[in-house]
Amino acid sequence: MIDFSYPFDVLVIGGGNAAVSAAITARLAGASVLVLEHAPRHFRGGNSRHTRNFRCMHDGPLGVLTGAYPEEEYWQDLLRVTAGKTDEHLARVAIRGSYESFGFMERCGVKFQPALSGTLSLSRTNAFFLGGGKALMNTLYAYAERLGVAIVYDTEATALHLTAGTIEAADITSQGFPFTVRARSVVVASGGFQANLPWLAAAWGPAAENFLIRGTPYAQGTILKNLMQQGVATVGDPTQGHAVAIDARAPKFDGGIATRLDCVPFSIVVNRDAQRFYDEGEDIWPKRYAIWGRLVAQQPDQIAYAVLDAPAEELFMPSIFPAYRAESVGELARTLGLDPAALCATVDAYNAAVRPGTFLPTSIEDGCRTEGLVPPKTHWARPIVTPPFIGYPLRPGITFTYLALKVDDRANVQLDGGRPVRNLWAAGEVMAGNILGQGYTAGAGMAIGTVFGRIAGGEAARYALA
Amino acid sequence: MHSPELDGAEGVLRDARRELEICNACRYCEGFCAVFPAMMQRRTFGDGDIAYLANLCHDCKGCFHACQYAPPHPFGVNLPQTLSAVRRQTYEQYAWPAPLAALFRRNGVVVCTIAALGIALGLILTALLQGADMMTLPRSGPGSFYAVIPWGVMAGLAGAASAFVLFALSVGAVRFWRDTGGGPAVRPQPAGRALRDVLTLRYLGGGHDGADGCNDTGESFSQTRRIFHHVLFYGFALCFASTGVAAFDDHFLGLVAPYPLLSAPVLLGLAGGIAMLAGPAGLIWIKVITDPAPTAKAVLGGDYALLGLLAAIAANGLLLLALREGPAMGVLLAIHLGLVLAFFVLVPYSKMVHGLYRSLSLLRNAIESRNPQEEG
Repeated sequence: MIDFSYPFDVLVIGGGNAAVSAAITARLAGASVLVLEHAPRHFRGGNSRHTRNFRCMHDGPLGVLTGAYPEEEYWQDLLRVTAGKTDEHLARVAIRGSYESFGFMERCGVKFQPALSGTLSLSRTNAFFLGGGKALMNTLYAYAERLGVAIVYDTEATALHLTAGTIEAADITSQGFPFTVRARSVVVASGGFQANLPWLAAAWGPAAENFLIRGTPYAQGTILKNLMQQGVATVGDPTQGHAVAIDARAPKFDGGIATRLDCVPFSIVVNRDAQRFYDEGEDIWPKRYAIWGRLVAQQPDQIAYAVLDAPAEELFMPSIFPAYRAESVGELARTLGLDPAALCATVDAYNAAVRPGTFLPTSIEDGCRTEGLVPPKTHWARPIVTPPFIGYPLRPGITFTYLALKVDDRANVQLDGGRPVRNLWAAGEVMAGNILGQGYTAGAGMAIGTVFGRIAGGEAARYALA
Repeated sequence: MHSPELDGAEGVLRDARRELEICNACRYCEGFCAVFPAMMQRRTFGDGDIAYLANLCHDCKGCFHACQYAPPHPFGVNLPQTLSAVRRQTYEQYAWPAPLAALFRRNGVVVCTIAALGIALGLILTALLQGADMMTLPRSGPGSFYAVIPWGVMAGLAGAASAFVLFALSVGAVRFWRDTGGGPAVRPQPAGRALRDVLTLRYLGGGHDGADGCNDTGESFSQTRRIFHHVLFYGFALCFASTGVAAFDDHFLGLVAPYPLLSAPVLLGLAGGIAMLAGPAGLIWIKVITDPAPTAKAVLGGDYALLGLLAAIAANGLLLLALREGPAMGVLLAIHLGLVLAFFVLVPYSKMVHGLYRSLSLLRNAIESRNPQEEG
């Protein structure tokens, strides 16, 4: 049992990769550290539990990473996916720090593996954790425990006492009981607010009811909101975040990677009224993967249906839920609850617009496209004619929100008006929106989490021990 | 129509299929072992596929501790436990003759009972053949073992048991191979790879480079289970070699047991015996202290019993070596031969069969990895 009256040097709020990286770094610097993880031990690790890699800069082969991924290319990738909604200085801090993060993780005992099959396009840019994010977190927690970091589960920080630019104390609820904890420094790494359904509804309106939360149900944004109410500066828009289209039958929370559907480029996607609404062949994975959550969220009832035929079925990763199948398009429409005449008309119009071309399922050089169709399908367009016809229902799956605590390049949290909070640092999803204003690229969240986790932990320890 | 056992078997397969479909949509564990790449070559899982994947699994538990869907997550994925249950079913399903499949249901009791019967048989047979006092008279010198149990009886029993065991295993092997996909089994290159995977226990090494270790006891990684299994396996091999050399000495060189301390059979047997004590002890220790969450409790009884039997044979053999000049030699020898006989008879009806189906699955895996298209 932890003695909450003990004055720890560093209090870390959160239990994901950013939080534990901060805790380890602060402990290695000599500070006494307490980590508060909201989840029970089984579900510890925040959204990091569901991750599998981090995007890592390197100027030559590094461990499992092939070739080179220089700073400039990394920056251009971030600039492209965020469409300029980023902070170049902070982004470059994250990019440069990602290189050292690889060694940091290895020193913590983290094991890597070559890129998973089906993600070979990432073998140069992304270092994959052997066994995925839960194995990563097991290793980091074990290392933190060996170093003597105090860790409590089932413990949520509910409020920070901010007085004259300094955090004086934290109110917490540990296994149902309230305590107040004092620490010289505080690191907030408590995630986004994506699991806070009322907050999502406030941002998105009633549409939010149909969103599925891909990750941890413990990302409630409690401390984010608490700090916003006390005049701490934020960056970004509460409707922005990382969202993908996932199988509509996924559970409300924690469905993780196994609920994703990667069939969009080999399908047509229709809305509730059986109408297409966006170019399914616009771009190559992973960019298109990251835009479809938002596209589906903007459709009536936040539902869409991917429709494809037998030859397309082998081209994408299976989902955990069985496909809906039918021998005719009309019958498939009835199975999916769509108007059969409308779906047949949409499929017929699409089939009539498909032009012959060279089909290259894994390349943007693919030449199969439609002509005269609105919206067009610009790649991988093949007629949908061969039974059985297949349908998957799609919903927006929120990974994490981008509304962020504003930080400087030392992860120091800023007040409205530009002064910093003297002893408060932030890392991970709760500040990732400083760099990710919109869009996403695989492994960016974990890179930001590790880099700013280490910075925050180091700064917090330095302040506490000064 | 539906016996409870059948419902149970179908339930296990249904569970395995559900979990494999979740795994196949996730694939984070691809780097741990051969099961995941083999799984990824399939989109649907027939009963034969499940039997193959289950027997390819070395129960290293890496995937459980890495699993974002492990209980208490509602998906409740616990692949090591489920595949252990499937393996037990494989052993039952391919047991020959069929009525003896029931021996896998309470395998711990069965192994202990047969071992006890073996000891009894050894003692009774000796008493009947030689008179009760033969067992307690001190004897030594060439031929003293065969004075207790004549060579003909020893060799005859061993030969009959071996022939039966080999036949029973062959029937299981042929049927397992057929049901998991058939096709030609013997091609030099895959066979060589499979043999290497068996002899090195590659998939108890963990990770893509085989150096990371497995989750032997919990969330951390070690090579302990692999090492103890090696100690047991090669200890067993040394004991087998000792017996082989002894048979050679006897037949071709006219050297009659017991052999002097500094002879090949005794030295091989001594080293093997010590290893066969240490190996099971280590494996039992790991089973006792390991995180029970990914363990299939139904198989534990049989596992413990077999490890106990192997350790008992080794302990008895070492004791026999130590006391062979004394009056206890007769009793110890009778017990030893009884236990060895029990062990051989149990090979097709105990955890020992894992070696057969694991090896065949590794062979299939080596063939598939070489030519995935052809094998589908």
